[in-house]
Amino acid sequence: MKSLAELQAIKDKMKSKVVLREGSEEIRVVVGMATCGIAAGARPVLNAFVEAVNESGLAEKVTVSQTGCIGICQYEPVVEIMEAGKEKVTYVKMTPEKAKEVVEQHLKNGNVVSKYTISNNKD
Amino acid sequence: MKELSLNVLDVAENSYKAGAKQVCVSLQETGNRLTLTIQDDGCGMTPDILKVVTDPFYTTRTTRKVGLGLPLLRMAAEQTGGGMTVKSVSEKENPASHGTTVTAVFYTDHLDFTPLGDIVSTVTTLIQGHPTVDLLFTHETETQSVRLDTAELREVLGDVSLAEYEVIHWIEDCLKEQYEAINK
Repeated sequence: MKSLAELQAIKDKMKSKVVLREGSEEIRVVVGMATCGIAAGARPVLNAFVEAVNESGLAEKVTVSQTGCIGICQYEPVVEIMEAGKEKVTYVKMTPEKAKEVVEQHLKNGNVVSKYTISNNKD
Repeated sequence: MKELSLNVLDVAENSYKAGAKQVCVSLQETGNRLTLTIQDDGCGMTPDILKVVTDPFYTTRTTRKVGLGLPLLRMAAEQTGGGMTVKSVSEKENPASHGTTVTAVFYTDHLDFTPLGDIVSTVTTLIQGHPTVDLLFTHETETQSVRLDTAELREVLGDVSLAEYEVIHWIEDCLKEQYEAINK
């Protein structure tokens, strides 16, 4: 069984990183998690982002957070990527697979995956 | 919603929006009856709002004019022969003790019962999104139970956030292990 001692060990490990990380977050990934987003599959998309960001070693500069309804429910799951000094990028109709691709291409290498952005997916 | 756990995620989000300090999500199974309770100590709702809260054309949201969270949960419960009740005390009525309790009853042997689905993922998603609010999650069957209380975890973690990837992973494993043990 998982023990609190294990959690204590995680804490000790994290503590040494905390100071370093504060204020170093440059990119924000925001996943729409209102009724519309959740019904369309936002939960696995959010989890894919959290996992892929950490596995690619991007946790220091990328934060993944949740928000309510953005107002474009027909395009859910919707993910917005905000980066200081750059225009906001809105990805639509996301899936966990697309999320992994966005982490790899956009967050890691800096190339917007334009085939998934809203401007290229208007019905 | 494809899974009941997605309704849980959706409706529990309201508790956080209401400024709750603690949210309790409980599932209780007795025979063919599943009772879901989502309870918070948030700002609550006045009787006027409470009356219209399961009307799909009422919402606090300003981006569009419909709110489907509670109506969808009510539908999921009613289509199994069960139902949903919402009790609430607003901050105005009682500044010392306020909050909202949503209770939904499902009959799990009904053809139209929506399977619970990935409830562990719902719990970790709620914690990841709201690491400073305590969540008490319990799932009780007649003989066994699964339990997670973030207040206990935060005592160990100190100022390390519940939203840290490693912590979320630990919580996920902790819940999965408990479910494996009761499903044996």
